[in-house]
Amino acid sequence: MQRIIIALISGLIFGAGLVISEMVNPTKVQNFLDLFGNWDSSLAFVMGGAVAVTLVTSRFILKRKTPIFAERFYMAVKTSIDARLILGASLFGLGWGLSGYCPGPGLLNAMINPGEAVVFLPALIIGGWIGQRYSA
Amino acid sequence: MLETFPSQALFGGILIGISAALLLAFNGRIAGISGILYNLVFNPLSSAERGWRIAFLVGLMAGGYFMLPVEFELRQGYSQWLLIASGLAVGIGTRIGNGCTSGHGVCGIGLMSGRSVVATVTFMATGIITVTILRQFIG
Repeated sequence: MQRIIIALISGLIFGAGLVISEMVNPTKVQNFLDLFGNWDSSLAFVMGGAVAVTLVTSRFILKRKTPIFAERFYMAVKTSIDARLILGASLFGLGWGLSGYCPGPGLLNAMINPGEAVVFLPALIIGGWIGQRYSA
Repeated sequence: MLETFPSQALFGGILIGISAALLLAFNGRIAGISGILYNLVFNPLSSAERGWRIAFLVGLMAGGYFMLPVEFELRQGYSQWLLIASGLAVGIGTRIGNGCTSGHGVCGIGLMSGRSVVATVTFMATGIITVTILRQFIG
């Protein structure tokens, strides 16, 4: 139950952050990626702010042997930088640029711009399913 | 008007960082939205494994909802084909690349994962190339 409540609170803060920062505005995201055009630098502060927090906190968190409410840290097991990672990240960036949506903002747009979400989200799930079939 | 300091972007980013830190410190989990979503949809999970993921996504939607309505103008008439192609590419890419902006960009870099740094540089680069081609040469 404790873990459910933490996940709920974490999700609440994350969702609020995505809306406040305007990451949920796909036009703004595309303007941020439009480095050689009419570049909008402000979204760099979203990732900058988030990474500043995770860089500092992760050091302290991982000094503990276990998380506060769980028996271990569930970290990624893979460490190798392989072709799958590069191909996957390349495809993700392509898709991100095409619409301005990454998965979180895509989900939130079910409430903000449902006309787009109703097209994007099923394609996202189908894409995930295709990717899953090619995952080991 | 002079461009003002993007304090909202920074504040929102800090919230996202705090969210990821909470999930890691208390539950030992990575706040990667694509991973949480796909594990929920595609993988058979125990009720505990399912429960926290559902709670996170419900929280995500509710947290966004409390901050609505948004100030920006909604995009209208955007190409349905671009939205479909985008969804497919984001879905396939985040699945085989094991993460998206949150998992690699926010959590992974925070943990100083080499994979996440490489993934983030890569998706930023292809995102920039895509928007550049889309705007300068097509639209």
